[in-house]
Amino acid sequence: MDRIPILKMGEFLLVTIQVDMHDRLAMTLQDDLTALIVKHRARGVMIDISALEMVDSFIGRMLSNIANMARLLDANTVVVGMQPAVAITLVELGLPMRGIRTALDVEKGMAVLRAAKLAFGGSNGTNGRGRGGD
Amino acid sequence: MGVDVAATDTHRIAEAEDIVAVRQAVRLKAVEIGLNLVDQTKIVTATSELARNTLIHGGGGSMTLEVVHNGHRRGIRLTFEDHGPGIADIGLAMKDGYTTAGGMGLGLGGAKRLSDEFDIDSTPGQGTRVSVLRWGKV
Repeated sequence: MDRIPILKMGEFLLVTIQVDMHDRLAMTLQDDLTALIVKHRARGVMIDISALEMVDSFIGRMLSNIANMARLLDANTVVVGMQPAVAITLVELGLPMRGIRTALDVEKGMAVLRAAKLAFGGSNGTNGRGRGGD
Repeated sequence: MGVDVAATDTHRIAEAEDIVAVRQAVRLKAVEIGLNLVDQTKIVTATSELARNTLIHGGGGSMTLEVVHNGHRRGIRLTFEDHGPGIADIGLAMKDGYTTAGGMGLGLGGAKRLSDEFDIDSTPGQGTRVSVLRWGKV
């Protein structure tokens, strides 16, 4: 498998990571997502990692990069479905996951994206869109 | 260290796909010896960090996977070896945020925190050997 599929749903892009990614696949996803945000004028990106049994510093950095790049392109990012064991491990690993907003599941993640869009609706470049960790 | 080695196998780390392969091999073994889910996740994540170091900094190498016993405790010991440029200042390399490859610099320190025992030996010009051990709960 060479690419992780990205689904468009209205103004949002949805990604479900279902494979144990090698590093190049993670980089491809980062590039594909930023290109599609611009192409579809997407206002939000949701990344479902519930199938991921491990997040190491490389994948963590990819998620941070996506969130930061999306922000520069006027889109919010939410990462959903992190397994508890992954969260525990990330904290011990010392990964900051800066700028990443999370939600427990897809439904809550969608609510986060909708709320963020409503709060800052037609604007571009307003500050303080409520991302954590900055 | 007073441990008995029950089983050993060695995996090559020569390209990015091998990082995925060694993660999966360690996961299988961790499940097999009955590590709980959190301990599995920790040792697999440490594996990923160290395998990437072996590939990127060491120019490739190998991982040796051993099942070890100490009385009725069982654990996994992983030894990553390369014949790359080695590490001149191990203390500096262990520090979070120190990186020479544009990563996050969490590999060594992070792997140490995710393990019960950690050992590193490196000679500039000759290579690096890192060993981690994770015990299962009794």
